[in-house]
Amino acid sequence: MKLRFAAAVAAAMMAAGPAMADLLVPHLSYRTGPYAGNGNQYADGFNDYFTLINERDGGIGGEKILTPECETAYNTEKGVECYEANKSEAALLYNPMSTGITYQLIPKVAADEKVLYTPGYGRTSAKNGDVFKWVFNAPANYWDGASVAIKYLLDENGGSLEGKKIALIYHNSAYGKEPIRTLQDLSEKHGFTLTELPVDPPGQEQKSQWLQIRREKPDYVIMWGWGVMNQAAIQEAANIRFPMENFIGIWWSGGEVDVQPAGAAADGYKSLTFNGVGTDYPFYDDLKTHVIDPGKASGGGQFVGSAVYSRGVYAALIIGEAISKAQELAGTPQINAAQLRDGFEALDISEERMAELGLPGFGQPIQLSCENHGGAGMARLQQWDADTGTWSLITDFIQPDAEVLDPLIAEDSAAYAAEAGITPRCG
Amino acid sequence: MIYREAGDFKASYRADGQTFPLRLDRTAYWALLAVAFLVVPFVITDYWATSVLVPFLIYAIAALGLNILVGYTGQVSLGTGGFMAVGAYATYKLTTMFPDVSILIHVVLAGGVTALVGMLFGLPSLRIKGFYLAVSTLAAQFFLIWLFNKVPWFYNYSASGQITMPERTVFGVLVTGPSTSAPAKYLVCLGFAVILAWLARNLTRGTSGRKWMAIRDMDIAAEIIGVNPLTAKLTSFAVSSFMIGIAGALFFAVYLGAAEASESFGINKSFLILFMVIIGGLGSVFGSFAGAAFMVLLPVLLKNVLVGGMGWPTDLAAHIELMIVGALIVFFLIVEPHGLAQLWRLTKEKLRLWPFPH
Repeated sequence: MKLRFAAAVAAAMMAAGPAMADLLVPHLSYRTGPYAGNGNQYADGFNDYFTLINERDGGIGGEKILTPECETAYNTEKGVECYEANKSEAALLYNPMSTGITYQLIPKVAADEKVLYTPGYGRTSAKNGDVFKWVFNAPANYWDGASVAIKYLLDENGGSLEGKKIALIYHNSAYGKEPIRTLQDLSEKHGFTLTELPVDPPGQEQKSQWLQIRREKPDYVIMWGWGVMNQAAIQEAANIRFPMENFIGIWWSGGEVDVQPAGAAADGYKSLTFNGVGTDYPFYDDLKTHVIDPGKASGGGQFVGSAVYSRGVYAALIIGEAISKAQELAGTPQINAAQLRDGFEALDISEERMAELGLPGFGQPIQLSCENHGGAGMARLQQWDADTGTWSLITDFIQPDAEVLDPLIAEDSAAYAAEAGITPRCG
Repeated sequence: MIYREAGDFKASYRADGQTFPLRLDRTAYWALLAVAFLVVPFVITDYWATSVLVPFLIYAIAALGLNILVGYTGQVSLGTGGFMAVGAYATYKLTTMFPDVSILIHVVLAGGVTALVGMLFGLPSLRIKGFYLAVSTLAAQFFLIWLFNKVPWFYNYSASGQITMPERTVFGVLVTGPSTSAPAKYLVCLGFAVILAWLARNLTRGTSGRKWMAIRDMDIAAEIIGVNPLTAKLTSFAVSSFMIGIAGALFFAVYLGAAEASESFGINKSFLILFMVIIGGLGSVFGSFAGAAFMVLLPVLLKNVLVGGMGWPTDLAAHIELMIVGALIVFFLIVEPHGLAQLWRLTKEKLRLWPFPH
């Protein structure tokens, strides 16, 4: 058994070793388990973007991008196994798509000098590049999300949330707990009361939480859910006839699979998003010609254009842009992880550049620096229309409340710096 | 022919009562230890340490602990995940409160804390048995996880409720934290595994082990012949929880480096370790190791063969892997209900007669 195992691992390592001329971005995905419904779509979007770049442009700077997948099932132990299995010299960047795995990897990537890119998830204070040298979380993070949601509600209520009741229903994990601190500060600032309702993962069982919502009658419910928890929550909200337009999910609770099971009852449900949705962009014409029609689409192309798929595309796009920036700075197409990190810090994606990529207005302009690894952190709201089965964008990009967020980020990253013995490096 | 007892004479009770009565077994045992301590640390890679050997050793310790309770004393427990969490959180609190004390001492102390908690939750076992006890330990599982999520003191008020292990050294060598070398991680876990296995083996063949087994086989009869069920059951809970606590401490400190209660120590962990004990063999030290190897190494092996070797899509491979492991569990339990340890015992019996069976 031991021998066969050794042989198998050796074979696996040989098989996984990329040709030297390619750039390697190990793809930690999950297509099984309670989060597969969303994980599948994200992984497909991520793969398809790079397939398009490889097929249409022959890669970035002439280098093909390889994204070998490794199944994590949203499980930290498997995530760590995947990280170690793919940790070769050539590996540039990890995008584990799980806040739990991100927390495992933050110290590891600093020791191994790999880039960790966590768009819209992970540890919020990683925005502070002064402390988190190898971690990037642009275009937006959870505290941005919380703040944008509250700002939107302020707008709805003529600028005041005084005396309102807001309930936060969250995945009881590192992911779901991220926004609590921000929401607590915001509730003090704006005078609303916050009720926290944890849902134990994976989250099918949330009867008691919704019973409490029914009893306390909050004005608004904000949700930090993922996987089956989203579907269950929207179904429960429909069951107690909670007004859907007062129910706002984070961007990870804003996929088609989340609302479809509730049918017509989900009509009017809102969620945050930091990217455009649908296939109404010139990008998708190219995708059709080069990826979908030749049958190269990941997972058969069944989720093309869905909300979570679009987020996968967006993540890949930002990574692609960072790679090309890094190549430009390093003067060579064959970059390493440290050069990619420099590329990220010099990243500048303007609206014009998004239009050039065939995705005009798809995302916000992103400008990163040594201190700022998180971008502007803007987000917008989308609303579900159950009749047409589409998301429509109902606001423009909303700027989060820096006055509340900046001190929180400074405090949390300082705590991490003290814990891990990091001295700020940008100053 | 090769594996035989002929010529292996015992001249004292001590020699007759040793763990490995056959000379060949003894040689193999010492050779295995020599390889594990003297060869493996020099050839081990990061991948082998982090993904294969360290989890194997840690799960083996946990299975060993649970085996004492379930296999030797006959008290079914579903609280293993919760007790591992106690070990992990105790280590975290101790090492952040007293950073200057050696992490090895903290790990042992964390085992002690878990032993106390285990005894507390073991009290109902004096009144309830079997499935009812399983349900009450299930309550321990849920209560402990809830507690570690609910009370911020346990995770030092961190924003996400995660606990993160700071860097700690033993004799100047880093054993926790991201920069730890593969041999250091491996040796710490191996050291604990060997010492605890030795402890378990010697406890179970001494007075306390015999008391536990008497309780397991028939508690009323045991009481009549003078076994005190209170002390027997509580010592069993204490020893078992002590080992599980150490496994939890190593799981968090050495293996993962960061953990959250519901994800790392949920009910799934309790079941996983119970499966290891059942598949490995109830009431067997070797079985704990075999069960852990089966449940930890087989999925990694299958993944490497299916995805790495044969190039299958990852989701298909993950599903097939679940099916293969599941089918093998059923197969083993039908063919040999007493687990891998019994299979190993039978193999040895047959080898003794080979090549001339009656």
